[in-house]
Amino acid sequence: MRILTVIKQVPDSNATIKVLPDGSGIDTSGLKYVLDPFDEFGVELGVQLREKRKDVTEVVALILGPDKAAEALRVALAMGADSGIHINDPTFESKNELFAAYVIAEAIKKDEQGFDLILCGKYTIDLDAGAVGPALAEFLDMPHVGALQGLEMSEDGKSFVAKRRIEGAEEVVECDLPALLTLEKGFVVPRYPSLPNLMKAKKKPVKLLTSADLAGEEALQSGTGFESVAPPPPRPECKVIEGEPEEMAKELVRVLREEAKVV
Amino acid sequence: MSSNILVFIEQRDGKILPASFQLLALANDLAKTTGGQAEACVVGQDVGGLVPDVAAYGAKKVYTVDDPQLAMYRAAPYAAAVAAAIDKADPKTVLIPTTALGRDLAPRLAARKRAALAIDCTEVSFDGDDLVVSKPMYAGKFNARFRLSGGCLQVATVRSNAYSAAEPQAGASAEVVAVPLSLTESENRLKIQDIVSTSAGVKDVTEADIVVSGGRALKKEENFKVLQELAEVLDGAVGASRAACDAGYQPHSRQVGLTGKVVTPRLYIACGIDGAIQHLAGMRGSKVIVAVNTKKEAPIFNVANYGCVIDLFKLVPLLTEEFIRLKG
Repeated sequence: MRILTVIKQVPDSNATIKVLPDGSGIDTSGLKYVLDPFDEFGVELGVQLREKRKDVTEVVALILGPDKAAEALRVALAMGADSGIHINDPTFESKNELFAAYVIAEAIKKDEQGFDLILCGKYTIDLDAGAVGPALAEFLDMPHVGALQGLEMSEDGKSFVAKRRIEGAEEVVECDLPALLTLEKGFVVPRYPSLPNLMKAKKKPVKLLTSADLAGEEALQSGTGFESVAPPPPRPECKVIEGEPEEMAKELVRVLREEAKVV
Repeated sequence: MSSNILVFIEQRDGKILPASFQLLALANDLAKTTGGQAEACVVGQDVGGLVPDVAAYGAKKVYTVDDPQLAMYRAAPYAAAVAAAIDKADPKTVLIPTTALGRDLAPRLAARKRAALAIDCTEVSFDGDDLVVSKPMYAGKFNARFRLSGGCLQVATVRSNAYSAAEPQAGASAEVVAVPLSLTESENRLKIQDIVSTSAGVKDVTEADIVVSGGRALKKEENFKVLQELAEVLDGAVGASRAACDAGYQPHSRQVGLTGKVVTPRLYIACGIDGAIQHLAGMRGSKVIVAVNTKKEAPIFNVANYGCVIDLFKLVPLLTEEFIRLKG
């Protein structure tokens, strides 16, 4: 079984992000980037499967991004992925996830050995969208399970049972491989890549792919265009409700019913 | 391509998600610009009975894809079903509620139809033939504008409560078009084995209209009972901050925030939550926010509409009592 984890490098969620004055993007100078926290779950699950099972031959981490994305790829390799694929081409850079998924699908189709299990985070914390996983599954004509919360591989490694949470219930699905899974928080805890492992990761093989190897799809690329980014509109001033607890409760219920009309 | 706007009606067990009705109102509004009409697509098993409601909320034509294989949501069969309806309806734009299901379905559908796509839009309007949308980016810290080309099909998921539903028109009728489903072997590979009810009566935070959330100040798991009681009276869900989930007071499935779930309910009541950036990212899109916290300088008050500077254990039981009293 060969496992692919699809990852992305994103601005650190703790970093202060500033918008450029013209709104054309964010100020990336000095901005700290990390491996997306949901993608870390995918890497961790892939590595755990390889540690637990003899039939897992390789865990490959794939990243689409510029030169500096190599840092995030190195973290995935330090966590235990065996090799990497880095798709790096300025013509592939965009905030268009469908286009990205198409390019990634092309890279996967080019891989001679193929992948049995593809792991993605449920979304990335930069675009707040999560379209890459399901779109990738569609481009590869394989099933996907979204926002996974548990996974049990069959003994023969040909199928799995997965759990995902839906409203008020847990859904249990079964499927044969190949398949794509997107991961929810909570059922694997990503390991911390140690310094020695980060050093060793430098020696792991990384295959570089560019637009010379892969063709994008023009129609998809031009379909969705990013225009601008701006701070969200401010929320209204907070109305502080005073008084003794009983009065406060009565007044809060009153304003929620009569002013805000939400209950 | 027609000038019509097609709304995907999300239903489960024959119950329509209210956000679908909100999108029908939006579709009617957008159709005025395009010169087309609002249409709907209902997917599932035995969904014919839902048509009158869909018509009452403003759909002029309803495409139904009714098949036992669609009894429960599975991404690939649903994408195939909606794609079949699109092939019949030839809409300009497809609107889908931003729910767990919508987020799962829309990208597959858009990839299949080579469409333009935007997820979790808070504003949607036409600029000529292009659909211009506003959506959160960088964990809700910013709003981004995307342009979906009029040269291809446009697919947008729209946030719950971003638009209001219209008053239903009883007796309104719609033309019904039954669309047959055919699935490939690959689309049918995934099977639903079981649905295990984990928490009868407890709604998921992403689907409730009212969310009562607790932070580290709850101090232990048992204390969430106080919030649970309020949530029950309001027919809402219980949420929690990352700190509360990491401490084991609540499961991560209830975590609201950057690495948890993003919620946009009608009312969000934050109890004992200070409002770390990571939490605000998950709830600042709520319509009305109430903050209950002992620290008056806590950041949660910066996003709240109403603030109560008080110990939550003193206030929340009184709130529950007051709501029970009013309900009679």
